[in-house]
Amino acid sequence: MKRRKFLTAASLATAGMLIPVGLNSWVAKGIAQPTNRKRLVVIFLRGAIDGLNVVIPHQEADYYKARPTLAIPYPQEKNGAIDLDGFFGLHPDLQDLMPLWKKGNLAFIHASGSSADTRSHFDAQDYMESGTPGVKSTSDGWMNRLLGQLPKERPTQALNVGTSTPRILKGMMPIANLNPGKNSTVAIPTDHAHINKAFSSLYDGDDLLSKAYQEGHQAREIILKELGQEMMYASRGASIASSFVDDAAEVAKLMEGDAKTQLAFMEIGGWDSHINQQLIFKKYLPDLGRGLATLVKGLDSIYPDTTIVVMSEFGRTVKENGNNGTDHGHGNVMFLLGGSIRGGKVYGEWQGLGESALYEGRDLPVTTDFREAIALILQQHLSISDDRLAKIFPGYQLTGNINFMA
Amino acid sequence: MKQKLQHWVLILICGSMLWLGLGCQQQASGEVEQPRIRHVLERLSFGVTPEQMQQVEATGIEAYIQSQLSPESIQESPKLENSLAQLDLIQADPIELSKKYYLGQRRINKNLEISNETKNKLQKQNQKQNQKIRQQAVDSRLLRAINSPRQLQEVMVDFWFNHFNVFALKKSTILWLADYEQKIRTHALGNFRDLLAVTAHHPAMLIYLDNELNTDPNSSVAKGQFKGLNENYARELMELHTLGVDGGYTQADVVALARILTGWSVDHFDKQENENGFFFYENRHDSGDKIFLGQKIPRSGIEEGEQALDILAAHPATARFISYKLAQYFVADEPPSSLVDLLAKKFLESDGNIKVVLDTLIHSPEFNSSEYYAKKFKTPYQYIVSLVRTGGIENPNFKRMQGMIAQLGMPTYLCATPNGYKNTQDAWLNPDGMLRRIGFATAIANGSLNKEYSLDADKLRHNLGDLSPKTQQVIAKNPPGLSNALMLGSPEAMYR
Repeated sequence: MKRRKFLTAASLATAGMLIPVGLNSWVAKGIAQPTNRKRLVVIFLRGAIDGLNVVIPHQEADYYKARPTLAIPYPQEKNGAIDLDGFFGLHPDLQDLMPLWKKGNLAFIHASGSSADTRSHFDAQDYMESGTPGVKSTSDGWMNRLLGQLPKERPTQALNVGTSTPRILKGMMPIANLNPGKNSTVAIPTDHAHINKAFSSLYDGDDLLSKAYQEGHQAREIILKELGQEMMYASRGASIASSFVDDAAEVAKLMEGDAKTQLAFMEIGGWDSHINQQLIFKKYLPDLGRGLATLVKGLDSIYPDTTIVVMSEFGRTVKENGNNGTDHGHGNVMFLLGGSIRGGKVYGEWQGLGESALYEGRDLPVTTDFREAIALILQQHLSISDDRLAKIFPGYQLTGNINFMA
Repeated sequence: MKQKLQHWVLILICGSMLWLGLGCQQQASGEVEQPRIRHVLERLSFGVTPEQMQQVEATGIEAYIQSQLSPESIQESPKLENSLAQLDLIQADPIELSKKYYLGQRRINKNLEISNETKNKLQKQNQKQNQKIRQQAVDSRLLRAINSPRQLQEVMVDFWFNHFNVFALKKSTILWLADYEQKIRTHALGNFRDLLAVTAHHPAMLIYLDNELNTDPNSSVAKGQFKGLNENYARELMELHTLGVDGGYTQADVVALARILTGWSVDHFDKQENENGFFFYENRHDSGDKIFLGQKIPRSGIEEGEQALDILAAHPATARFISYKLAQYFVADEPPSSLVDLLAKKFLESDGNIKVVLDTLIHSPEFNSSEYYAKKFKTPYQYIVSLVRTGGIENPNFKRMQGMIAQLGMPTYLCATPNGYKNTQDAWLNPDGMLRRIGFATAIANGSLNKEYSLDADKLRHNLGDLSPKTQQVIAKNPPGLSNALMLGSPEAMYR
């Protein structure tokens, strides 16, 4: 948290204003605005998913030439792609997404990604999360900066699913955390009334530590209340249940219910398929599809106001390698999902897979900057003004090349 | 006679009360001195222990400070050395680790004879080994931070490692991590130019900031990943390691420095049998003349880089930048500019002698001003380590400690950005972090780091120093079973 904000918060409290300590006092409220119902979920696929095998250009002969063992067969063939638009097809393990595609709620942007040319996972993830490709010294993440530009609501306004705060949510604005998998509702010490009572009386002042404790505890209480017993038993019993699917159900509940979570971040790792890519896809891809479908279903009444983005740090080589895998590449596919997405379409400039069309002769180029897609969502969906947008993605100008918002 | 005895008894009581940190009405000087002693110990170590207080009691605070400024004068604890000796991968030669790793990777990538199953297995083995290396590196860092009597040296390792940060998971950086840290430790209180040289020649840094790839695009060997200039290290070397972002350099200087540093790389397979893993590849080097920060650098191969490091280390902007960061780490999040000025002057006068600069800092009126006492909010690393030291927890479970520090957002060796972890309150105080701290304080009080060892509330109270009336009140009105948790989770334990 920046000192200036801190001071504002502290001075409000010491000036004796009658705000209950907690809910609204962590930071001063922004400019008065009506409550924003709009929601955004970002799902990061860490390790660089092979987008060419997710949204498959089944009409490109070069695709089959480059991938004699890994290519997903034509739509009509056994284990073939599910045709999307006559040119692209979806990996069959993502069939749970087809109803959404047909309803016109799901779109993709192919050959998209980061303008930075790094093939290092860590640098590339870092750039996508900081929102400043090529600039390493940015210390906060773009979702945290976005939170700073939204009217302040409950302490659960921004949510991370993970054991520690990821880069994308780091920064001066406080966020709530939900442990992934089976641990989300496992008790922490301060869930016990006598422990909370002791610390609540130790931290009942107007000082920064007290405010932090109170707001942290409040966020925790909201989450526990929302997820409650019912959630713990409903989806947790099955031993093969995937963590991502369960987490998605919980995120949906927090967004739809009283927690009023507006921004959520989730991640799935393990996509770095240098070797035996088929096994990796088999292991993770069905869960991704099921998780997204679960999320959509759980969002229920708030779904029309929600946009979901799925992205990964970079794509993989067009050619398969000698180990039934693919290596680090460049352009990739982004998923866009939600009530206000003009779906049923694969966006982005597709230049083919001929060697001359490829980045450095080997990778899908980046024809759409990931910031173009996200900035458009922020502008159209979350009503972020241009000057605020410039604070979230400094130095980036919307080109208006694509428009997938209804 | 009786009176004399009474007098002695009084002195003894006063002495022991002083030792207990309770202060003593009769000793006016003690009353002033005691908070200062506590302040010095808090800032120069990872948490106050009874041993430190005894030592200060015996020799005086000034002797303590001087001994800490000369770590080589302090006998390292034999128990600590014994524990460190058991960490085989930390003791291992990084060149051997690197050779083995890269030969393994080459087998996986190039050898078409072996099955994918075997390759998977080899890959997993490599990954497992790397995890083990990191685990041991964290263990050794924690072992030293908790147990080393050379506390200031370890504090400076924390400072410099973040200043010259590398990220363990970038390519093969992990293999060089322990060696890198050990070299930083050796120079932590030495000369800045030496420290800069260590980092600039070290494979950990060259890999992390991509200078290993930095190649003259016009050279005959420029191809593949060595296809051209890589400015990454050159930029950070100025922005983060020396001049600071406002240090007065331009993009042209970044390019010039990148050209100067072409060919500064790593010999992963140890083909050149160079003992440090560093190798200057002359054929990747840009052989033209350069102009750097207004100075002409005539072409002279590797010497150009040395000349650039000389210029950077002696630059007034560097003196200022390092001084600011030291004052921020040791005094206040927004350090007084009078102090920064003084330290920068000392830095230049002493040719970057870190010990001299720190000596000046510790004796400055700013450092000793009571307005700064107990005002630095501990980073997650400082907080968890200090709980173990202050609680006197023996043989703590390092894996758990590491997990706690990571969950508080500061996993050791895993800061991906080159600016390292911050040490200011605004970076670490937030609702989620606060809730987690209280959770860990409670868990530690209940024995989560060592089930066999139960904390002694009186000892803890004594080690923490003066508790505020508020904290005392809350402890008094809650069940005794919560006393330790409340103390470990108190504001007194979170500030240094």
